[in-house]
Amino acid sequence: MAEHAPSSGHDRLMIGQSAIGIYIAHAMLILGVIVIAFPIYYTFVASTHSLQTILRPPLPMVPGPEFFNNYYEALFGGVGRIGGVAVSTLLFNTTIVALGIAIGKILISIISAYAIVFFRFPFRMVFFWLIFITLMLPVEVRILPTYKVMVDLGLIDTYAGLIVPLIASATATLLFRQFFLTIPGELVEAARVDGAGPFRFFKDILLPLSATNIAALFVILFIYGWTQYLWPLLVTNDNQMNTIVIALRKMVSFADADTEWHLVMVTAVLAILPPILVVVLMQRWFVRGLVDSEK
Amino acid sequence: MATVELKDVKKVYAGGVEAVKGISIAIPDKALCVLVGPSGCGKSTLLRMIAGLETITSGTCSFDGRVINEVGPAERDIAMVFQNYALYPHMSVYDNMAYGLKNRGTPKDEIDRRVKEAAKILSIEPFLDRRPRQLSGGQRQRVAMGRAIVRKPQVFLFDEPLSNLDAKLRGQMRIEIKKLQLSLGVTSVYVTHDQVEAMTLGDILVVMNEGRAEQVDTPNAIYKKPASVFVAGFIGSPAMNLVAVKSLGAKGLELAGGLTIRPRGLPTPQAGIDLLLGMRPEHLTAVDERNADFSIDVSVVEALGADTLAHGRIVGAEGKAEIIARLAGGTTVAPGDRIHLALMPGMAHLFDAATGLRTPTD
Repeated sequence: MAEHAPSSGHDRLMIGQSAIGIYIAHAMLILGVIVIAFPIYYTFVASTHSLQTILRPPLPMVPGPEFFNNYYEALFGGVGRIGGVAVSTLLFNTTIVALGIAIGKILISIISAYAIVFFRFPFRMVFFWLIFITLMLPVEVRILPTYKVMVDLGLIDTYAGLIVPLIASATATLLFRQFFLTIPGELVEAARVDGAGPFRFFKDILLPLSATNIAALFVILFIYGWTQYLWPLLVTNDNQMNTIVIALRKMVSFADADTEWHLVMVTAVLAILPPILVVVLMQRWFVRGLVDSEK
Repeated sequence: MATVELKDVKKVYAGGVEAVKGISIAIPDKALCVLVGPSGCGKSTLLRMIAGLETITSGTCSFDGRVINEVGPAERDIAMVFQNYALYPHMSVYDNMAYGLKNRGTPKDEIDRRVKEAAKILSIEPFLDRRPRQLSGGQRQRVAMGRAIVRKPQVFLFDEPLSNLDAKLRGQMRIEIKKLQLSLGVTSVYVTHDQVEAMTLGDILVVMNEGRAEQVDTPNAIYKKPASVFVAGFIGSPAMNLVAVKSLGAKGLELAGGLTIRPRGLPTPQAGIDLLLGMRPEHLTAVDERNADFSIDVSVVEALGADTLAHGRIVGAEGKAEIIARLAGGTTVAPGDRIHLALMPGMAHLFDAATGLRTPTD
C-alpha cells in the first residue's frame, strides 16, 4: 500500500513540527500585529492629548490627560471645520447608511436569488445574466448617470440617496444563489408535501438555513457601507448629512495650523470602533458562515 | 385509507424524453405496492407523479375514484419518505414531525399528542429535542417515517427509503416498515431497486423497465411465472439462468452445440422456434450422471453457509450457457469439478427469444 492514513491529527499540520518553525511563525505574526496595531494605538494616544501637545513634537507614547475633554468636545460640541457638526451626528448618519446598505443588499439579493433558483418563469436566465452583468458596473463606473438620477429624484442630501444606489448587489445575489443550489431538491419537495407554500418555505426553511451566510455577509457589507467614500462625497452637500469618513477627510486642512488634530484623532478612533464592534460581536457567526453550512 | 388507481399514466419531459410510457395499476385499500426496476426505469418519476411533485402528462391518477391530477402535493393527503430523509436540518426532531401539521393549522395539543404517539411507535422519544445531524442514519430514517405517520395520510409514498442504510439496518427497517404499514393499514407505494425489499414488502409488485410495467402481480406469482425475460432476470437472487435453445418439438430443446435437454413437466413447445430456457438456480439439484439433464464444469464456488452456489458452463454447449446452481450447504464442490444437474419437474421457464415474452408452459 502506497498511502497511509495519518496516524494523528498533528501529521496533517504544515507547521508546528519544529520549535524554530513555531518561533518564526510567531515572530511574523507579532510583526504583523505591530505594523497594523501600532498606528491605531498612536492615533488613540494622540486623541487623548491637547492640540498644543500634538503640534509640539515629539508626541508622547502614552495616553495624555485630555481624553474626556477631547471626546466630549468632538461627540457633542461640534467640529468647526465641518460646519460645527458633532461627531455623534456623523456616527448616527454613518450607522444608518451602513445598516441600510447591508440590510438592503441582503434583502434584495436573497429575494432575487430565491426567485432565480426556486422558480421557473419566462426569461429566468435573462434576468440571471442581467444581474450577473451588473457585476461589471460598480458605482464608480455608473457614477455620473446615477448622480443625475439622484438629482432628478431630489435625493441629494438624503439617506435614501446615500443608500439606494449602493444596494443592488450582484455579488451577494450570486453568493445566495450558490448556497441555494446546494440545498437538496428533496428538502424542497418535503416542504411542499408538508404544505409549505413559497412564502412559508422561504421563511421557515430557507431563511434559517441561510442564517450563517446572512451573518457573514452582514459583517462584510456593514464594513463596506461604513467605509464608502466616493458616493457619499458626491451625494452630500450639507455637512449635517456627511458620513464619518467624508467628515474626517474634510476636517484635515492642508495648513497644519488650521487642523484640530486632537479632534481628527478622536474622530478617527470613533470611526474605527463600530466596524470592530460588529466583527467582534458577530465573529462566531461570521466564521461559521464562511466555513460550514448546516445541511 | 384509500384505493389508488393509475390509468395509462405517461410522463414526457420538456426535452421530449418519455420517462413513463403508459402505466395502469390499481392498488386496493391498505395494500402495499412496490415499484421495482433498475435505475432510470421511471419508477421514481411515477411515484413523484402520485405525490404531485411531477405533473402527469397524460392519463389519470385517482385516490378513491377522485382524479387528483391537478391537486397539489399538500392537498393530496399523502406523506412521503425520501431517500435522503430530507429532514429540516435546523429544526428539532419534534419540529420536523410537527411542521406539516402546523402548516395545516392543526391545534397545538393535537400536534403534541400525535408527535408523541408517533415517537413512541418508532421509539425515537429520547431524540425529540435533537437536531437531525445528531442522529444516526437509522434514527433519521425513523424520524422521516415519523413525519409521515403523524400526518395520518391516505397514502404513504416511499422513495427508496432504505438505500442509505447499511445491510443489517436495512433488514431491520424493512421488517419494521412492513409491520408499521400493516398496523396502520395505510395504502402505500414503495419504490426500490432492491428485489429482496420488493419481494418481502409488496402485496403487489410492479416490475418496471424503460418506462413500462413489465409485470404487475403478487411477488409470488411474479417469481413463479415471470412474464418476460427481463422480469425473470430481475426478480430472484441469484438471477435465473437463461440458456438459448431451439425447440425440437417432442424431442426436447437443443442447445447451440448440439446438446439436447428435455425438462420434465414441460409441455411440448412448437418445433423450430428460438427460445430462452430459464432455470432458477434453486431449482437445479445435483444428481448422478444417469438422472442428469446436463452437466457443468464448475469454475467458481461461493459457499454461503446455508447453501453453496456453483458457477459453471454446460458441458457440450456453445455460446451463452453459463449456469449458477444453488446446491445444499455443505456440498463439497471445487472449481474444475464436473457436476451433474437436474431441473426440478415443472420448473422450466420458456421465453420467446425474439420478443422476450413468456411462452406458456402449462
